[in-house]
Amino acid sequence: MSASDPIAQPAADARPGRAWRPFALTAPAIILLIAVIGYPLLTIVLRSLSEPEWGLQNYAWFFGAPVNLTVLQRTFTISAWVTLVCVIAAYPYAYLMTAVGPRVRLVLVLCVLIPFWVSGVVRTLSWVILLQDSGVINSLLRSAGFSGVKLIRTQTGVVIGMAQVLLPFMILPLYSVMQGIDLRLMRAAQSLGARPSRAFFTVYLPLSLPGVYAGAIIVFILSLGFYITPALLGGPRSTMLSTLVQTQVLSLLQWGRGGAMGVVLLVTTFVLLALAAPVMRSRHREAGRR
Amino acid sequence: MEMKPLTRVLLGLVCLLVAIWLVAPTLVVVPMSFNENKSLAFPPQGFSWQWYENFATNPDWSNSFLNSLKVASIVAVLATVLGTLAAFGLDRMKARPANLLRMLMLTPMVVPGVVLAIGIYAVYLDTQLVGTLLGFVLAHTILALPFVLIAVSASLEVFDRRLETAAASLGAGALTTFRTVTLPLIAPGVASGMLFAFATSFDEIVVSLFITNPYLKTLPVQIFASITRDADPTVAAVGTILLFATTILIGGGMLLLGRERKGRQ
Repeated sequence: MSASDPIAQPAADARPGRAWRPFALTAPAIILLIAVIGYPLLTIVLRSLSEPEWGLQNYAWFFGAPVNLTVLQRTFTISAWVTLVCVIAAYPYAYLMTAVGPRVRLVLVLCVLIPFWVSGVVRTLSWVILLQDSGVINSLLRSAGFSGVKLIRTQTGVVIGMAQVLLPFMILPLYSVMQGIDLRLMRAAQSLGARPSRAFFTVYLPLSLPGVYAGAIIVFILSLGFYITPALLGGPRSTMLSTLVQTQVLSLLQWGRGGAMGVVLLVTTFVLLALAAPVMRSRHREAGRR
Repeated sequence: MEMKPLTRVLLGLVCLLVAIWLVAPTLVVVPMSFNENKSLAFPPQGFSWQWYENFATNPDWSNSFLNSLKVASIVAVLATVLGTLAAFGLDRMKARPANLLRMLMLTPMVVPGVVLAIGIYAVYLDTQLVGTLLGFVLAHTILALPFVLIAVSASLEVFDRRLETAAASLGAGALTTFRTVTLPLIAPGVASGMLFAFATSFDEIVVSLFITNPYLKTLPVQIFASITRDADPTVAAVGTILLFATTILIGGGMLLLGRERKGRQ
């Protein structure tokens, strides 16, 4: 809508005295949010500080035990691998989605959306069937005369399964950014003598980076908190932070320790989001200006 | 953009592999669901419908399926009403409070599942909501709310508010305007929000695993328990049913949308 529009849209809360109305409309959602998210999170923070007694002993325990630090580090490593695998697989795929005709694009979109919509537990079940010792991959390997490989309850298995579940979160933002890139810029670069590869690296790749950032941050953050896939595909040597939280609370009834771990996970997530927000915003602006 | 033939072939090949990686693993549940033996080992032996029969007749499975349907239906309605109201409120607010509240309402999407789960579990233990319909509905509604908010907000962004002014100037009251002008125009956003809300609840597992008890289990909880407990091919049968239902819903929906668009042009 341009500023010179003859009939302007009515401004927000045009009539004074009715400014409270929009707030009243959001109130039910906000109240539920406070009751079902705010209050529980507050409870966890308080328990991490107060059980069994007030103080920081749960945090001291968490950062003092090498086992916990190993798991923390592993959580970051696995998430980084998952993100990397997703970027590598999603980039050419999202590019192809922008380059093909509408019919092929529909097929490509369906290939992303259908697994996206199939229940996450069912998809993890499929990976159990594929990766287990008597699974598809190993029985194919054995019938071809190779010895089987250990995939389930290994880090590799967890990364393969998680990356597949998270891939749509990378493909969709990448696709939406790539769709907006003006391909005439590539033609211009090539007409000025750039080879296709150079045109790609100096023109297309930088313009598509906002999509890579957006997708990578979503995938990394979701990976950090992943619970189901590592629980079913992983073993004791690929435990992630979420599983540790669950063990502390459900099996050991250590609400303080489990809570402290949860708070660490929560704070990490929000710090990453806060760090990412300005980067993503400025990249967007840059892409828009060019 | 111009590509060398070799690059083009390579790109196609890589994308084919990615597409197979996306789709093929899920398909593996189909042959496993017809297994004659009670095992998830590959390859499946023989052919039988017994696991589908078990899904329909075993109360553990059929009840959890009905529970999921019940919870997801209530959540879809509740989240859509709350989310649509909130989206309207945010749309009519000044930018600063609107952005702040929107961020607040999207937090359920980024809070790690387990952290939220132990928090809700702690509160539910105190308020005796563990294993209750109300408990499931409240938790799932809050998780589904962001999807409704995003879908309805997107519709409101392209909605021309002068139409409301026009209706009002012709004498329609606020409610009549909403019912006859605004709602029909943003209906696609509301509908897709509702669909997302249903799917979110139907599929929710992490929080559900904590707030469940033997008296009230949802389908994902039952599937998870079955995978960890024994190699029961009933999970494969359930997976197959869900896979086909999803494919028909999404595929059919997209084809219909495509046809409608073509028809309009």
